[in-house]
Amino acid sequence: MRTYKPKDNVQAKPYYTDRFYVSPQVPKQDVSSDEVFASDLTVLKENFTIHDAYIQIGQMVVYINASDNYKVLKLLRDKLDYTQLSEMSAIDWLAKQNQFEIFYQLLSMEKRKRIRIKCFIDKDEAINSVEKLFRSADWSEREMYDMFGIKANNHPFLKRILMPYDWEGYPLLKTYPLEGDEFAAWYEVDKIYGKEAREIIGPEIRDTARVDRYDSERFARLGHEVPKGTKITGNEQKQPLAYQEEGGVFMIDKFDENKSIIITDRDR
Amino acid sequence: MQQPNRLRPFFENITFEREDNEAILNFGPQHPSSHGQLRLMLHLQQEMITKAHPDIGYLHRGMEKMAENMIYNEFMPTTDRMDYIASSSNNYGFALAVEKLIDVKVPRRAKVIRMLLLEINRLMSHLFWLATTALDIGAMTVFLYGFREREYLMDLIEDYCGARLTHAAIRIGGVPLDLPDNFIANLRKFLAKFPQDIKDYEDLLDKNRIWLMRMENVGVLSKEMALSWGCTGPMLRASGIAWDIRKEEPYELYDEVDFKVPVSDKGDNYARYRIYMQEMRQSAHILEQVADMYDKVVKDNDTALMAHSPRYISAPKIDIMTQNYSLMQHFVLITQGMRPPVGEVYVATESPKGELGFYINSQGGPYPYRLKLRAPSFWHTGVLTDLLPGHYIPDVVSIIGTTNIVFGEVDR
Repeated sequence: MRTYKPKDNVQAKPYYTDRFYVSPQVPKQDVSSDEVFASDLTVLKENFTIHDAYIQIGQMVVYINASDNYKVLKLLRDKLDYTQLSEMSAIDWLAKQNQFEIFYQLLSMEKRKRIRIKCFIDKDEAINSVEKLFRSADWSEREMYDMFGIKANNHPFLKRILMPYDWEGYPLLKTYPLEGDEFAAWYEVDKIYGKEAREIIGPEIRDTARVDRYDSERFARLGHEVPKGTKITGNEQKQPLAYQEEGGVFMIDKFDENKSIIITDRDR
Repeated sequence: MQQPNRLRPFFENITFEREDNEAILNFGPQHPSSHGQLRLMLHLQQEMITKAHPDIGYLHRGMEKMAENMIYNEFMPTTDRMDYIASSSNNYGFALAVEKLIDVKVPRRAKVIRMLLLEINRLMSHLFWLATTALDIGAMTVFLYGFREREYLMDLIEDYCGARLTHAAIRIGGVPLDLPDNFIANLRKFLAKFPQDIKDYEDLLDKNRIWLMRMENVGVLSKEMALSWGCTGPMLRASGIAWDIRKEEPYELYDEVDFKVPVSDKGDNYARYRIYMQEMRQSAHILEQVADMYDKVVKDNDTALMAHSPRYISAPKIDIMTQNYSLMQHFVLITQGMRPPVGEVYVATESPKGELGFYINSQGGPYPYRLKLRAPSFWHTGVLTDLLPGHYIPDVVSIIGTTNIVFGEVDR
């Protein structure tokens, strides 16, 4: 019987973890330890529900309701000088709690402070676009949609940005394998040669590290090369080392491995 | 009308006219002056652009996905492939983020070497920018001069780590190697002649009539637009905001060196050009100071190159070869990888192009749970949407040039 492998997270797994290993935590400081952050947080708390707030590695992290995201960012931009949205994206927690975590990384040049606003949304739930506040969110939200399938309401042009428009599947989900799914394996074959050529060409090998030791056509049989399609018997002749173009024309005439000089001194 | 077929989509590299006389021009993705794989769909009224729609993703390799499937040290060479014009700055950004996460102290000698690498990378990147942008605008001589000087720097980097483009010259917790003999001497030789080189470029370009026509008052990026689009680095500083992360949130030894942050309030192509030139001078000035720092470190006989943190970082080679426990640690760290504590970090560094940020969410495993790469060029490409309308087709080339975008980091 095949061993069961979890389908909700198909990313690389450590091959060994001590049963009794407890991960240490990055320490979290109380917000009151920093004056600027503390005053920002009081302003936020007056207006919105704050689920959690702490300082980690010099930056304040604030958890808000997902529905408040536009208003919170507007307040931060207009009243609290957080004038730049450096980054925003999502984290996939579907396997654990069927939710996405969305983070907005903001920068205040006046105060020289960075904060991270975070919120959770359920699977298939959309988030309000903040593109009207920060134009940079235009592309960030497109990227988030492209990578996770999270939709942004009121976005002017919510289309894929990095992947092709006709791509299926969302690559950064934990359920999406590193080398792509079945759609990915046939994408270029279908696109360039058409579905009818599938049987002739076969699916694209998307695992770049794959080495097939029975492969008679690739580098795996270096020094024992045979014509394409030959049945491998195991008694192949060793081939002399020579450089040759595909058509059989020697690129280097009369190349003799034994007579050639090996240069060891680089600055000869 | 072309006949579309599978191999030749009908929209590729054609212009066509509609009833309102609007033409759509496809610029790229294989245009030599688009500095990589940028496709711009430009809506035109005569020669004036009314709407611009940058299309990216031609170099997308899914680095964030790769990071989720790699141990931390394994990801280091991948970061080289982001901004491949200045790879060490990417290595450094990632190393710094992980170092903050695992909380290690990098020895001083390693810091000095990192400073040297970072500033050499900045010079390399700026020289490359100058050379290619000048070429786009037609200044062939500056192109050749720029590449000539960049070659000296590439040789220095090659002496240090053996590679010229993808350096992987920085490790989490320090640097792998000490500087080779003659490195500082060669660097000083270069620094002695470099100010004259910058002056040569400026003599050729500063008052050049063609250069001024293509640069002055073209591509004016307002302060508001720059902030709103997340522009950083020279793009932001040319628009009147004095924000340099090296100065404002000093990392490494930037608080110990003396340098100025050039700012301009013009926001046009020419302002950006001036900022790049001034930054090269400042980088050279920093390098002089750091070279002296290195001499002092050598004199103090301060030899450690990697941080001491057995839980996360392998011991020096001599310990690995002589002590059993170090060997065991090394084996575990290489095969299983380090396991940073549970937590998250966002670290921004000033790469030659702007703010390079690494967001890492660690769940205590040897692989990052989520890694987000904040590449400055991504937003510098996005801003073209708002920057290009109102300009003419030839301006597109010079604007793309001065935004200094590199597609390795736009598409990641």
